[in-house]
Amino acid sequence: MTTAPTDTDSQTTVGGDSVAASHADQPAIDIIGMHKWYADFHVLKNINLRVARGERIVICGPSGSGKSTMIRCINRLEEHQQGDIIVDGVKLTNDLKNIETIRREVGMVFQHFNLFPHLTVMENCMLAPVWVRKTPKAEAVETAMKYLERVKIPEQANKYPGQLSGGQQQRVAIARSLCMNPRIMLFDEPTSALDPEMIKEVLDVMVELAQEGMTMLCVTHEMGFAKTVANRVIFMDVGEIIEENTPDLFFDQPQHERTKLFLSQILSH
Amino acid sequence: MNTATYQPGEHPELPPPVSERGALGWVRAHLLSSPFNIGLTLLSLWFLWWIVPPAIDWFFIDAAYTGADRNACRATAPDGACWAFVGERLQLFTYGFYPAEERWRVNLSFVLLCVALVPVLFDHVPYRKAGLIYAAAFPFIAGWLLIGGFGLTPVPTDKFGGFMLTLVIGVTGIAFSLPIGILLALGRMSKLPIIHVFSVSFIEFIRGVPLITLLFVASTMLNYFLPPGSTFDLLLRVLIMVTLFASGYMAEVIRGGLQAIPSGQSEAADALGLKYWQAMRLIVLPQALRISIPGIVNTFIGLYKDTTLVIIIGLLDPLGIGRASVADTKWAGLSTELYVFVAVFFFVSCFAMSRYSLYLERKLETGHKR
Repeated sequence: MTTAPTDTDSQTTVGGDSVAASHADQPAIDIIGMHKWYADFHVLKNINLRVARGERIVICGPSGSGKSTMIRCINRLEEHQQGDIIVDGVKLTNDLKNIETIRREVGMVFQHFNLFPHLTVMENCMLAPVWVRKTPKAEAVETAMKYLERVKIPEQANKYPGQLSGGQQQRVAIARSLCMNPRIMLFDEPTSALDPEMIKEVLDVMVELAQEGMTMLCVTHEMGFAKTVANRVIFMDVGEIIEENTPDLFFDQPQHERTKLFLSQILSH
Repeated sequence: MNTATYQPGEHPELPPPVSERGALGWVRAHLLSSPFNIGLTLLSLWFLWWIVPPAIDWFFIDAAYTGADRNACRATAPDGACWAFVGERLQLFTYGFYPAEERWRVNLSFVLLCVALVPVLFDHVPYRKAGLIYAAAFPFIAGWLLIGGFGLTPVPTDKFGGFMLTLVIGVTGIAFSLPIGILLALGRMSKLPIIHVFSVSFIEFIRGVPLITLLFVASTMLNYFLPPGSTFDLLLRVLIMVTLFASGYMAEVIRGGLQAIPSGQSEAADALGLKYWQAMRLIVLPQALRISIPGIVNTFIGLYKDTTLVIIIGLLDPLGIGRASVADTKWAGLSTELYVFVAVFFFVSCFAMSRYSLYLERKLETGHKR
């Protein structure tokens, strides 16, 4: 099996020049020859992906293609068995210290929000800064308010997640991640569980975040979003990266038969 | 009937029909909704009329509250309860054979227990943090007060008895079985083989053996395992056995709660960088314990009532005291009064626990429905 017969080399980056911080030379995420199995089932096969700082990547593909599993490997919610994942210069191993370091710097937004239902919106946002970063409470409240204002729901701060709509919950989830001041954000189908009316409010927040230069990996089928903000679109199927390209080329001139079929199916309605 | 028509989008919110509202609506809906229902209502009324007035007569109206012995009781109240018996033995029922001049220590412990319970059971009380620290220290304070030593006259534990003994065993069991149960439940779900196997074997052993057997083991067999000559207080052995027994059940109740929490919760906690114990303490356990409240309180109540089993190994709980009392020729044959009295005591305690658990469930409800 060969991987990624694409016309862009997967090791080069596109648009990585927008944010040049102190480690400008170092990629935000570097995945090299990564494999993963669930028991005997080979879910991820030889994944190679380098994400530059400030780069926005959209990952799409049919269900079961391994796209969620791949981004969940990046913060070790899933363990990979072969190859290397280097996040922000730290290599993911079984060392709990490394895993904790990486998780502090990598925010994640889930399909089903996964807010903590027994805590208020404010407490959801304060929890990690207070317990993980040891931020003083007053400062954590301030940060939480700042991000709740950014996702436009500061007035819900004292409600419980169960009292909010799906779109509001997902925006709280984004704010909760941002409160940790992450350098990288992972989005795992953030709009798939939402009613159509609420998708836009979540995407607006994500577009804004992208415009501020956040490094983002986003598993989504929102092709409008991909066209607006992505530097690269990656297409996965049966555990492999089949194709990757800039959004324009990806949608207009898909190279691979499998990609063409997938695009025709999701764009046909 | 409301027959007005409205433009789409302009329909006002109307009150429900009169027949659905108020006390009359409730009676109609719940008591008189069908001929069968009317029949049931009448039957229930007849049953209450048949059972309640005689009970009140026996308990209060026809009862004798004073009297030197059983015959005096029967002379004044041939058809009622003889509460004089309970009145005379109340000290014994409460303190067992705890020395009379030291009983203030039991009373003080009880008052301190009530004070310790306030910050544990209710939030929004002043100085809750200090109160919780005090509550954590309470078992040691109470142990010192009751057993003595360090300046207090030592009281051997075989003098403990009555409701005081019930409370000592019940409160100790309840206070320690919950944390041990939580650890066992987490251990059973652990991926580390040693911890997992230990927890599973412990839980299955405890659940597979009757409590009475364990109590017998506590009272006799442990001597074989302990080095010769070492003495190990019988009450302490009973406390350990009762606590471990309740922990085994508690662990399974809590495991049920843990399994009901979606994996997304601990994933979100992990993704935010929380360590395992932080994720458990702050995210998973609060939710798991909340949904386990009915089962937890069920186990507490079961443990509390099982304390009466210690009679079998010779500890004098209220039933033991009572049986000794009705064997006295002065009060012979008053076992109905005895059992009713003890039943009322247990019912009041257990009903309080059960109401508290409902209160707690309602308080922790945050509108999140799965």
